[in-house]
Amino acid sequence: MATQHSRSVARLMMAPAVVLLLGWMLVPLTMTLYFSFKKYLPLRGGDLGWVGFDNYVRFVSSSSFWPAVQATLVIVGGVLVITVVLGILLAMLLDQPMWGQGVVRILVIAPFFVMPTVSALVWKNMFMDPVNGLLAHLWRFFGAEPISWLSEASMTSIIMIVSWQWLPFATLILLTAIQSLDSEQLEAAEMDGAPVLKRFYHIVLPHLSRAITIVILIQTIFLLSIFAEIFVTTGGAFGTRTLTYLIFQRVLESQNVGLGSAGGVYAIILANIVAIFLMRIVGKNLDA
Amino acid sequence: MGRIQLKSVTKSFGDVQVIPPLDLTIEDGEFTVFVGPSGCGKSTLLRLIAGLEDITTGSIDIDGSDATDVPPAKRGLAMVFQSYALYPHMTVRKNIAFPLRMAKLDQAEIDRRVEGAASVLNLTDYLDRRPGQLSGGQRQRVAIGRAIVREPAAFLFDEPLSNLDAALRVGMRLEISELHERLATTMIYVTHDQVEAMTMADKIVVLQAGVIEQVGSPLELYRTPRNLFVAGFIGSPKMNFIEGEEAAKHGAHTIGIRPEHIAVSDSEGTWSGVVGVSEHLGSDTFFHIHETGLADTITVRADGEVGFRHGDRIHLTPRADVIHRFVAQGLRIE
Amino acid sequence: MARAVTPRRKSLNTALAWAVGLLIFFPILWTILTSFKTEAQAIASPPLFLNFNWTLENYAIVQERSDYMRFLWNSVIIAGGSTILGVIIAVPAAWAMAFVPSKRTKDILLWMLSTKMLPAVGVLYPIYLLFIRLGLLDTRGGLVVVLMLINLPIIVWMLYTYFREIPGEILEAARMDGATLKEEILYVLTPMAIPGIASTVLLNFILAWNEAFWTLNLTAVDAAPLTAFIASYSSPEGLFFAKLSAASTMAIAPILILGWFSQKQLVRGLTFGAVK
Repeated sequence: MATQHSRSVARLMMAPAVVLLLGWMLVPLTMTLYFSFKKYLPLRGGDLGWVGFDNYVRFVSSSSFWPAVQATLVIVGGVLVITVVLGILLAMLLDQPMWGQGVVRILVIAPFFVMPTVSALVWKNMFMDPVNGLLAHLWRFFGAEPISWLSEASMTSIIMIVSWQWLPFATLILLTAIQSLDSEQLEAAEMDGAPVLKRFYHIVLPHLSRAITIVILIQTIFLLSIFAEIFVTTGGAFGTRTLTYLIFQRVLESQNVGLGSAGGVYAIILANIVAIFLMRIVGKNLDA
Repeated sequence: MGRIQLKSVTKSFGDVQVIPPLDLTIEDGEFTVFVGPSGCGKSTLLRLIAGLEDITTGSIDIDGSDATDVPPAKRGLAMVFQSYALYPHMTVRKNIAFPLRMAKLDQAEIDRRVEGAASVLNLTDYLDRRPGQLSGGQRQRVAIGRAIVREPAAFLFDEPLSNLDAALRVGMRLEISELHERLATTMIYVTHDQVEAMTMADKIVVLQAGVIEQVGSPLELYRTPRNLFVAGFIGSPKMNFIEGEEAAKHGAHTIGIRPEHIAVSDSEGTWSGVVGVSEHLGSDTFFHIHETGLADTITVRADGEVGFRHGDRIHLTPRADVIHRFVAQGLRIE
Repeated sequence: MARAVTPRRKSLNTALAWAVGLLIFFPILWTILTSFKTEAQAIASPPLFLNFNWTLENYAIVQERSDYMRFLWNSVIIAGGSTILGVIIAVPAAWAMAFVPSKRTKDILLWMLSTKMLPAVGVLYPIYLLFIRLGLLDTRGGLVVVLMLINLPIIVWMLYTYFREIPGEILEAARMDGATLKEEILYVLTPMAIPGIASTVLLNFILAWNEAFWTLNLTAVDAAPLTAFIASYSSPEGLFFAKLSAASTMAIAPILILGWFSQKQLVRGLTFGAVK
């Protein structure tokens, strides 16, 4: 079907998208690399010359670096565990026959469509406020002392908020995967005498493994760069300063562009490590 | 008119030559079937004729003029695809009318031809439905209708019945044959099913690995297969092949004898063996005979009433006048 | 997996699923309810669920005080503009990759995907600087371009997977039927691709609507969309629960409705076709 003529037309049709994305990737990336080797303080003297790998060394040796790495890992890890485990359970529940399945699905998916600033703010004020928040009321109802969530249990709070946002995503993908499971397989296992838990462990879970991997990889990439949730809740205080937030502060708040750019390069490398695994899976799927 | 002539046609995909130089003439009005195992190049050959693939070298003439570089739509051929390839967003009426609309016919003429095709194919009641609401057989008819209205020089069918169930397949086979009788237009039909080939064709082209093994009428192929491949491919159940001493007696490397040309008896015969599986079809019974000393299994056809049982020792007598003889390379000895 | 089960089992499933569903949905429900309360009722102890005097005054106040319509309009322009622009650029690219594939098609697709993985914070300053130099800071046009670029890989991917599902035989049939390339695209391809294009538009509109890194960092006043509008309630207005709720409800309502229509496409779009 493909002749020489259609090939050149095809190349022309792809050109705008390819050129734009190439520019979008290369121009800022080159600039970030460029700044990362400079002492560059736009508000305090501007370009102060080349400094080699100074920024890279200073970024990792600053006292805020390791706490930021830790905060990032705890948030990403915590959210992943919660969303994947609850997501599997929820997907299996939603897959069962019931009345009003469509409506329940909609209820469960809804949080994904709430813009991050809204969900962060609603949780922060209406649920986690130590005086008037709904959780405070609940605590008092049971005779407990209300917690000032975002300062005393800051990480837990952020993980809760972000998990609430991402649980629908995990559930939806895992549900799609479960629905593609051939029911005859399960019936065969039932005939072979496998009890419910064994059926889950030996058939459902292996069938879901690919979907779980994809959920983990995609969420990791998005979670590594969560921003709005921290921006409107703690502003990076109380140990919730993630790598992304730290770089944001270096670049825009303290206007230490060189240092922030070096951090940016680290972030890019980190994201790419995760991305490579994701691309492998997606690429394999493309051949099939 | 629809005389199609392929002259030294070859086709390569990259470095792989799937059709070595090939010559073939399809006469006007002929029902020609390309048959062969999957991957034998029969569909590729059809697509070359249709113009959906470019030929690598050689030329294709349609009605005496060179059509090699003519685009598919201008060749005056209509094609019925394996998946039917109906336009899912159009009604049956619009599907059938589509080629006429593309040809910029006036609306009255389009309506006349669509109605005509619909009544021939029993589709009149379905004209305003969409393909998704039709059964497999009805979709097949729509695809045929879309081909008929163009009044093409020739019809090309690419395994059109392979997506239908067995009962429907027999019915559609008859309908297509009847259509050919009525229109008397050239038809080229690709299938891997030798029963379809035998029942429908005026001329069968047996292909293997892009090479034409034999061209002939169904009975020619049945009576005088040119080589072992054709002998084994045409006829059901398959011809029995015997090598070694027994073949040597007939002056051949291999001899072939069809199941229907072997007589069975419980008392006497040329060969003997033990009955294995019997397949009772009612009208006929097929016995699979083992321990004959000739080949692993010899299949024989007997009358439906013959009642040998598993393990019986019986005797077989081949009809001497229909023993096919082949040399070691597979060619027939006349 | 759905099988016939006993009514008892089905009732149990239903009860459990509805309980969990309502629990997950509760924060949204609570926000919507609170938006109709007075400020005093909003912080009443114990909390009021339905037994309050429904009022619309919060909506009026929010609109009046912060000019909600302007932010809404910015959101519509930015999300809509970036989606339309993206689709216009992506349709030809996806068409070419799906119907005239070459050896490099897969590499190009994966590379496009990789640009989506680039962490925004890594290129924050360069983009910020370019925006200042080009006078794009706090303009809707600038954000349209940036959001178009970050969503372009997803748009191309989604369209590609939809186009690839159109069987090649249908296009061949159209060619046999005498359709020219233009007619083929107009009468056969486009009608078949429209559902896919519509889903793509919908999902990307939602993603752009909710994008909250670039919209927060590259706008101030003029071009600020709803994400920034809400962020401005961070404090101290956030302590006025009823008004915060009204503002939040207005920011999420349009997209919740659109989102419910797009849930099926969500999976395909966000997993790049790896889960169907």
